Amino acid sequence: MVLAQADAEGRALLRNGEQLLLTLIIPLLLLSMLSLEPIVNFGAGISRIDFMTPGIMALAVMSTAFTSQAIATGFERRYGVLKRLGATPLSRAQLITAKTLTIVVVELAQCLLIIAVALIIGWRPDASLSAIIVVPLLLLFGTAAFSGIALAMAGTLRAEATLAAANLVWIVLLGLGGVVFPLTKFPDGARHAFELLPTGALSTGLRDVLAHQVAFPVGNTVTLLVWAVAAVAVAARVFRWE
Amino acid sequence: MRTVAERGRRRLTCVSVPPAVEITGLVKRYGPVTAVDGLTMTAARGAVTAILGPNGAGKTTTIEVCEGYRAADAGTVRVLGMMPGSRELRPRVGVMLQSGGIPPAVPAGSYLTQLSRFHAHPLPVRQLLDMCGLGDAARTPFKRLSGGQQQRLSLAAAVIGRPELVFLDEPTAGLDPQARHATWALIGDLRGAGVSVILSTHYMEEAERLADHVVIIDHGTAVAEGTPAALTGSAGQLRFRAEAGLDIDGLIAALPPGSLAKESPAGHYVVEMAGGEVDPRLLASVTAWCAERGVLPSSLRIESRTLEDVFLELTGRDLRS
Repeated sequence: MVLAQADAEGRALLRNGEQLLLTLIIPLLLLSMLSLEPIVNFGAGISRIDFMTPGIMALAVMSTAFTSQAIATGFERRYGVLKRLGATPLSRAQLITAKTLTIVVVELAQCLLIIAVALIIGWRPDASLSAIIVVPLLLLFGTAAFSGIALAMAGTLRAEATLAAANLVWIVLLGLGGVVFPLTKFPDGARHAFELLPTGALSTGLRDVLAHQVAFPVGNTVTLLVWAVAAVAVAARVFRWE
Repeated sequence: MRTVAERGRRRLTCVSVPPAVEITGLVKRYGPVTAVDGLTMTAARGAVTAILGPNGAGKTTTIEVCEGYRAADAGTVRVLGMMPGSRELRPRVGVMLQSGGIPPAVPAGSYLTQLSRFHAHPLPVRQLLDMCGLGDAARTPFKRLSGGQQQRLSLAAAVIGRPELVFLDEPTAGLDPQARHATWALIGDLRGAGVSVILSTHYMEEAERLADHVVIIDHGTAVAEGTPAALTGSAGQLRFRAEAGLDIDGLIAALPPGSLAKESPAGHYVVEMAGGEVDPRLLASVTAWCAERGVLPSSLRIESRTLEDVFLELTGRDLRS
């Protein structure tokens, strides 16, 4: 049952051009364009592609787990799809599991594509061995945090409001989340604040591990974990199925 | 200590099949509004039960409590003898919402395939599509189906798991007559297959045509129930046509006590016996009164009342108001 639902969720994603644009095409375009053209200047003795790849991975997670999921769920709720599914043998826990499974599969595909394109462009990760554990852990906490926020929004706001807010947050955090524009360029106070946002914590954490040989970015991991626990708890409390 | 006979009786109670739906004293409030106010009704297995009432009478709320979407504020509801919406119940019950439920971009066939995978022994999707007249629409997204096709897809989704019981909330609302008849034929097929059907409607024709049992509800309570024939009577009224402007008061005076007569519209006359059926005496007095005045009643017929008449009589209001 979970697989059947995940299959349907996946097909819905593939059917939806805007979602693909958001989750795959824009991240890959940003990765290649900004790495090849010196639009943004990072200084600090790090190559553009080495800076960009972890940021784009964070962006991909935000696109899928937050923006794409919030919009899709908001409209499913509005069209009564979630209500109708509630009358089938599929339980709510199974529905959530199916959605999570779909997101994880999409994120795996995104990461593989991003890594492949990055390697072609010339990405040379400078990471310690712990990255094999720490990178998936950061992605997992980030996914949980974004999913929780997405569901809290989609489960309470009107579908149109969710659509607008999810896109707006995506754009703002694309700029202020350390994705393509280094947080080090901001004044110290702002930088620390932005690093406490899920996107900033995820991009900074991934970059520390993949470009600066940090074994375990404790602060960013804890930030993401706090967001994840809080957001999922809020979503579980406020989500309305119809 | 329990006697053997008592134990035997207990066992008998256990094996007897509970009704499709049993509602006792159901109350459901939304804030200050009482949507369902002490409704009691029973729907038998293998029958079509229609919940008939005007908009806002509490039909959808009642059905949604049965489907498990809403909790009752008071009273008990049992569906196939179980708690509404319980996990064991869901595979055995089909649901058609009043509107929505299907993602607009998903093709009809894909949607049914998805739902079929939630069930152990689903109907084959191809066969179900053909049955519902959607054979050519398997690859058409829901949003591009006609209104009738959308309703039939929603009905197909309700029955794909071979349910014992289906809830249909206004299955033909807003459909043109042709699409409505197609949906009625499908509901008739369900009944023929032994499926219990609970449907809500504000079309009295739908209830008269489809239902074995009709429950008329108004302001959240049942005001009458029975078979359509029992509710409308087989000879509920006498109708005839004649020149407009006959002396209605004079006619009533000539009829047996308790008779009612009205002209509506002009030239169309209806005669009823309050709370009873038209009998030979009433017919004779109508024709005698006409004969005295040299009036030839044409299209004279004795027929059942409509559920609309019954509703009007019970509530003083029009069903579609």
